[in-house]
Amino acid sequence: MNHVVVGIGNEFRRDDGVGPAVVARLRGQDLPGVRIADCDGETGRLLELWRDADVVIVVDAVRVEHPWPGRIHRRSLRHPAVAGRPASSHGSDLGAAVELARTLGLLPRLLLLYAVEVADTSFGLGLSAPVAAAADRLAAEVAAVLRDRDPSRIDGTTRENV
Amino acid sequence: MTHRGDRALQVAGLARVEGEGAMRVRVVDGRVSDVRLEIYEPPRFFEAFLRGRRYTEPPDITARICGICPVAYQLSACQAIEDACGVEVGGAVADLRRLLYCGEWIESHALHVYLLHAPDFLGYPGVVELARDHRDIVERGLALKKAGNAILEVLGGRAVHPVNIRVGGFYRAPDRAALATLRPALRRALDDALATVSWVAGFNFPDFTHEHEMLALVEPGRYAIERGTPRTDRGLTFPVREFETHVREEQVPHSTALHAHLAGCGRYLTGPLARFALSRQWLSTAAAQAATAAGLDGGCRNPFRSIVVRAVELTYAVEEALRLIDGYEPPARSYVEVPAREGRGYGATEAPRGTLFHRYELAADGILRSARIVPPTSQNQACVEDDLRRFVQDRLDLDDRRLTHDCEQAIRNYDPCISCATHFLDLTVEREPA
Repeated sequence: MNHVVVGIGNEFRRDDGVGPAVVARLRGQDLPGVRIADCDGETGRLLELWRDADVVIVVDAVRVEHPWPGRIHRRSLRHPAVAGRPASSHGSDLGAAVELARTLGLLPRLLLLYAVEVADTSFGLGLSAPVAAAADRLAAEVAAVLRDRDPSRIDGTTRENV
Repeated sequence: MTHRGDRALQVAGLARVEGEGAMRVRVVDGRVSDVRLEIYEPPRFFEAFLRGRRYTEPPDITARICGICPVAYQLSACQAIEDACGVEVGGAVADLRRLLYCGEWIESHALHVYLLHAPDFLGYPGVVELARDHRDIVERGLALKKAGNAILEVLGGRAVHPVNIRVGGFYRAPDRAALATLRPALRRALDDALATVSWVAGFNFPDFTHEHEMLALVEPGRYAIERGTPRTDRGLTFPVREFETHVREEQVPHSTALHAHLAGCGRYLTGPLARFALSRQWLSTAAAQAATAAGLDGGCRNPFRSIVVRAVELTYAVEEALRLIDGYEPPARSYVEVPAREGRGYGATEAPRGTLFHRYELAADGILRSARIVPPTSQNQACVEDDLRRFVQDRLDLDDRRLTHDCEQAIRNYDPCISCATHFLDLTVEREPA
């Protein structure tokens, strides 16, 4: 068993810190064989984190046009949320990481992306109340997935009802 | 989106978190009248956030400004606080800092060369498409990046936001065996870095040069990375402690990023081209030979060829890392005591994308009264805009798609620190009759 959980985000951008907040909640739990990591989402680092992994769970923030802060989306690899290429920065993103991993044959057996709708990504510390509550729910769900004897059967796309 | 006389081009795709970066070009009667690169700059927030905090906190807090160059922020902060407290760090601890910084240069340069900039030159939309045709090349880039990453993990505790760095040195110093584990990958990385120089030197580069004054830290005898004295290619030099006298920042209406200029001089450029101009005589053997073979002996003023200079610096960083590992003797103590005292301190290091200045003011009890951070992107912004103005003017006959691509490539020459705050850049070209 070689499982990896990656929390993507910047805790100094308020709700953008939901990924690191979820992995922080998981660090206190008994999850043998699970590597837990923070990441800024940069493609090369993501690939390194999930190289040779069986199951990878990525938790990230997502901004939508009409957000319901705290709503959790789950996508399996068969339904990747592929983003575009940043124009002029020294970073690249999760979508590029998924596609590059696919091209290089580095995809894990299962890649689950949990995306939490956020509203406040201004500078500052602390999650908004609904996003903090989502981090609690999500940490519990991710822990359950990791304890599942066969998480690879998890598939499909889900979205919390609001 | 096209309506009436305006033309709008959107550069990037979806963003994980919506950002604030944008580029606007205004064209009046066939002439580029204005180019504005809009950047939201995170250090301004961090300067305010640091006020009132303990003097020991900036290395951890400022590391969060940038996921790609945390070491630059950490070591500029350490240096400034140590300066305020009248402490100098030397010996093996200073060597470890330089080694750590080499790791950051390797990782950052490999990322920029392979994943971001090379696809532009080879006609690919991005690294994914490049990998489909040239898997071995992308794998080489990832291996280089990993070699740099490994240094950060061994010395910094982890690659993202290293946690082992403190004012005065490190919480724990590695033993020789721990550093020796890095050697095999770095030895392979040296071959990969040299191959990188040869590869990128063969790209086709637009015929474009700049005449900006160039500023970098200089440390006679070796290629400046984690310390040095600011100097320009036109002869200006000043101690780091006087940077606020010489580096002036001003607000401009179109950006929350401050624009920097040199007092009495004007705009200036920092980064690989500036470092190479001022320190190339101190490159290591393999890096110097690679630079010569790449045709860089006469210097380099073409920003598009910065990818070649980055590859040379990548080679240097790998060679320097190997040298430091081979000569390493663990320090008796992993850090120097830095007792707080009232005062001001200044620090400057060479982040992968340019000189990074820090200044802190401490109260006697070690509480920070003020902080100032002058990142390379704000220093380069006026030069980037000037280059883009001339670059776009010669390409106004291009269609939207091609012009957008070319502008992206031109902006990437400077590896601007946009992604720290934003993952999104809009390019808008407004064309209107006179």
